[in-house]
Amino acid sequence: MRTRVLPALVLLPAVATSVVFVYGFIAWTGYASITGWNQIKPLRNFLPDFPLVGLDNYASLFNTPRFWPNDVLNTAVFTVAFVTVSMVVGLLLAILLEQRIRGETFFRNLFLLPMSLSFVVTGTIWAWIFNPNTGINQLLDPLGLDGLRKAILGIGVLSPLWDALDALHVNILRPGLTADPRAALGAVVIAAVWQMSGFVMAMFLAGLRGIPDEVREAARVDGASEIQVYRHILVPLLRPIVISVVVLLGYISLKIFDLVFVMTRGGPGVSSDFPSILLFDSAFKSNLWARGAAIAVVMLLVSAVIVVPYLRSQLRAEGRR
Amino acid sequence: MSAVRAVRRGRPIRVTRIVVYAVLGLFSLLYLMPVYVVVVGSLKTLREVNTTSIWTLPSSFDVGAWRDALQPALQNSGGIASGLVNSLAMTIPAVVISSVWGSINGYILSKWRFRGSDMLFAALLFGMFIPYQAILIPLVNLLQQLHLYDSLVGLAVTHIVYGIPITTLIFRNYYSSIPTDLVEAAKVDGAGIVAVYRRVILPLSVPGFVVVGIWQFTNIWNEFLFAVTLTSAPSSQPVTVALQNLAGSFAALYNVQMAGALISALPTLAVYILLSRYFIRGLLAGSLKG
Repeated sequence: MRTRVLPALVLLPAVATSVVFVYGFIAWTGYASITGWNQIKPLRNFLPDFPLVGLDNYASLFNTPRFWPNDVLNTAVFTVAFVTVSMVVGLLLAILLEQRIRGETFFRNLFLLPMSLSFVVTGTIWAWIFNPNTGINQLLDPLGLDGLRKAILGIGVLSPLWDALDALHVNILRPGLTADPRAALGAVVIAAVWQMSGFVMAMFLAGLRGIPDEVREAARVDGASEIQVYRHILVPLLRPIVISVVVLLGYISLKIFDLVFVMTRGGPGVSSDFPSILLFDSAFKSNLWARGAAIAVVMLLVSAVIVVPYLRSQLRAEGRR
Repeated sequence: MSAVRAVRRGRPIRVTRIVVYAVLGLFSLLYLMPVYVVVVGSLKTLREVNTTSIWTLPSSFDVGAWRDALQPALQNSGGIASGLVNSLAMTIPAVVISSVWGSINGYILSKWRFRGSDMLFAALLFGMFIPYQAILIPLVNLLQQLHLYDSLVGLAVTHIVYGIPITTLIFRNYYSSIPTDLVEAAKVDGAGIVAVYRRVILPLSVPGFVVVGIWQFTNIWNEFLFAVTLTSAPSSQPVTVALQNLAGSFAALYNVQMAGALISALPTLAVYILLSRYFIRGLLAGSLKG
């Protein structure tokens, strides 16, 4: 009897903290989002004592063009671009580092170095690099890349593509970079990839190293080329890691805040705006607390759709082991 | 058969090697580019930073921007010196407490499992995967009512509370690799829950604490969302917020901005360079797989 109660007692503070600070606060946010608490008024009670307004805050949120469709679309575009590019770069680096090369530790540590920095530091540096007057343009223009850029943008057949990228704010070929609404979101994607692709590399590298040598040897004996070995044997075996990486990167991009806040602060206009920035402006700048809570609930629901099935499958797989 | 293959594979391998190194070299340059920009930019004078390209080396190494970033001579506002002190004062206790707490939870969840403990673990873990925006508004409200808003204590408590899931997870996975026989033997000798922890688990925990400590230090030092919403006065702002304010008040002074970015990154950078092996372990452990 004692051996059952005592462990539970030791775990109790953590569980109680989680019940209050995670589950209780989520419920609190949900409650606040259906009240009319959209003004400065210090809360005397613990819960917001404002009349309930039902789903009014949500209705007005989805009638605000800055949120819907702009911020939602930006989040979707950013998530797809950031996850895809990070995966491709991370997988490529992992495969290269796996070739028993010299200086592997050096390369690996170099690619992972940005992971030790804050998004604020990354954003400060990249904001300068992507400042059209001071940054990357000054490096590329003398090399004649400005002409190349113009030539690429001038290819008639591709103009629908450029139009689409312009509309999605990710056409990084536009020389205005962070000052140009057609390119600003793309600049943020590149900075985010710089910061996070090393993590993807580390995950894939660990995965590739975990595949026994016999698997490759068997494929080679069957006459498969190195590229075929990767394409048909090794990469498919990495599937569980691909899922982990997609979920984790997706979770990061759905709540992204610091990097955007520092690099573009959502601008120019709202071209690189995100729900997290709108929430910050609504609640902390304009005292629209209930609206802020509504944005938070939407963000939570969207990330729960990704994370909860993942957590369940992970814990279940562990239980089987 | 193998002789034929050796002949066939002899030359292409050389070429592939060269391509591998060339691509790695190219990526290294791309990854180092921002590092170069920040270091070089921070060593320029204001005149030079405005008249030369960000890619040219400074004519002389000037540390004026470093001084201004820490404590501006011209303006009273700004400067990240106090932010550095605040971050240190807030981060260290938060790292220690959340690590110890996570170690205790991980110990229970791996060596004293009881009915429902796996479910409680899953419930704890969920706290790691929420966007913190979902708890931000009630948190601000609670801290205000407890007079912990705009205080380093409030910020440290926040980081401890929301650090529990990850520290618990890493320690639980780490302790799972300690043979249960050791624990059982101690139990047979009459050791209770506390004695087993002190005599068996704790002495084996050093690598775990290094991994968790580094992970928590990096995350808390670099955190921005809580920092910017739970503090408002410079006297309680951590370095990430101070750096962001520096970029605001020194909008065109890129040398000061770069120096500020570099200085504020130095602690986590130093930890990473010295202990990268443990950093990577924390990174992989944080993705659940352990």
